[in-house]
Amino acid sequence: MRAIQISVFLENKSGRLAEVLHALAEAGVNIRALSLAETIDYGVLRLIVDRPREAREALSQAGFTVTETDVIAVEMSDRPGSLAGVVDMITGRGLNIEYLYAFVGKRGDNAVVIFRIDDVEAAMAALREGGARVLSAEEVGRI
Amino acid sequence: MEFMAPQRLKELQSARLREVVARVYERVPHYREKLDAAGVKPDDIGGIEDIARLPFTTKEDLRQTYPFGMFAVPMEEVVRIHASSGTTGKSTVVGYTRRDVQTWAEVMARTLSAGGTHRGDLVQNSYGYGLFTGGLGAHYGAELIGASVIPTSGGQTKRQVQIMQDFGSTVLCCTPSYALVIAETGKEMGVDFADLPLRVGFLGAEPWSQTMRREIEAALHIDALDIYGLSEIIGPGVSFDCLYKGGLHINEDHFYPEVINPETGEAVAEGEMGELVFTTLTKEALPLLRYRTRDLSRIVPGACPCGRTLRRMQRVTGRSDDMLIIRGVNVFPSQIEEVLMGIEETTPNYVLVVDRKPRGMDELEVQVEVSPRVFSDEVSKLERLSERIRAEIENVLGLRAAVRLVEPQTLERSMGKARRVVDRRDLGS
Repeated sequence: MRAIQISVFLENKSGRLAEVLHALAEAGVNIRALSLAETIDYGVLRLIVDRPREAREALSQAGFTVTETDVIAVEMSDRPGSLAGVVDMITGRGLNIEYLYAFVGKRGDNAVVIFRIDDVEAAMAALREGGARVLSAEEVGRI
Repeated sequence: MEFMAPQRLKELQSARLREVVARVYERVPHYREKLDAAGVKPDDIGGIEDIARLPFTTKEDLRQTYPFGMFAVPMEEVVRIHASSGTTGKSTVVGYTRRDVQTWAEVMARTLSAGGTHRGDLVQNSYGYGLFTGGLGAHYGAELIGASVIPTSGGQTKRQVQIMQDFGSTVLCCTPSYALVIAETGKEMGVDFADLPLRVGFLGAEPWSQTMRREIEAALHIDALDIYGLSEIIGPGVSFDCLYKGGLHINEDHFYPEVINPETGEAVAEGEMGELVFTTLTKEALPLLRYRTRDLSRIVPGACPCGRTLRRMQRVTGRSDDMLIIRGVNVFPSQIEEVLMGIEETTPNYVLVVDRKPRGMDELEVQVEVSPRVFSDEVSKLERLSERIRAEIENVLGLRAAVRLVEPQTLERSMGKARRVVDRRDLGS
């Protein structure tokens, strides 16, 4: 099961992040997790939201460059070593993690981490074999 | 020649014009077609007053006949070939016979002499040597005078300053922005230019301002003189400042000037601003009739206190097309557009921002809107994209540019049409 991430191109100008957030608020989209990668001139905002399609629509309308990316949401117990174990499952197969970030909230007692990996299929197989719990898009939307 | 009575000069120009029109009609098929299409025969040209009957020549003519189609002599008589910057499709190829090279040396010798260059002077020539006409043009002129030429070419600025100090260079030839780089580098090296024998600079190949002249003169303790030229006409040496700096004297016994309204092609009133048009009166390898330079200027009325009767043009302040001259390199926005199209397979929105850093060289920044087609959630991919654009621009234009990715719809638009160029250089005066 893949989760859908919404990625937004943002110039480093004051007020741009706020405009993204307001556009999402007006569309009634709730943000579940986010990460921001930045360079000197621009940043890429990555969002996990409850309603990706609406989010994409609203941001495109507002004039932002938006793209959807398949990512993997893995649920793991919230204790030392869990994330290391999951990362080992992926890198043990020679797969490269482009980036990852965690949900702020928890799912029950468990933590949820978003993984961006080029070869999603291979990574999913590795995680299944390793016994990791991969969340469906619906489950992610409900966190 | 420079002090010739106006009437005699006019007679000379008339005789030379008749001769050059007859020659291109006979030897250059492209000109024969153009003149036939315009319904003009060489015999219709009695004197210089008939020049407006001739059709204009543009860069497009040179492009259509690329590379040698406009040459009026067989290759056996061509002793030198130069080319302007740009992609192959856009570059302009020019040729010189032995006599053309002599003419060029003569007009450059006039240029350098007007600033007081003489035998015994050490001329540091920091114009680039190569296909660009700046280096060899200044070189031959200085040698004809009998001055001692130091062919440093461009770059390696610390070494340039070292040579200037150690050799005691008295004359500097380079672009105005490079003169400022030399001044700045020298300052960092602890050099006081007031202590050096450097006396005068012949600066050209890019537009500059009166403010910049004052800045260069103060920093280097020299007279900063403007020189003007373009490779199609001969290279540097078309016109030059004398020490009165009241406008550039045109070597009009070789290059006949007109100033036209770029929209209508009609001559403007005496002294009014317009586009400069030159006819080469003596060139053998590549004679051009009424070549449209796209440079905006005007004829300065009145006589110059120096006594030269050659008319003066005001320093060039702009262009009637969208060409930019950046560090001596000609840049058309369309060239950048082609690069971007090649990478994105579609024409993205872009803006070229040209800036001149205080005491620095011209900088080109290419701002490209990030379309969904090229956008990636991975920063490394976006960085690779901008690096690819940068490398490709350098490859095509031979010019380093900064590339900046920007959000769509953020670039300035005027009248519904994208504004492609923002020139922040202060070239107003």
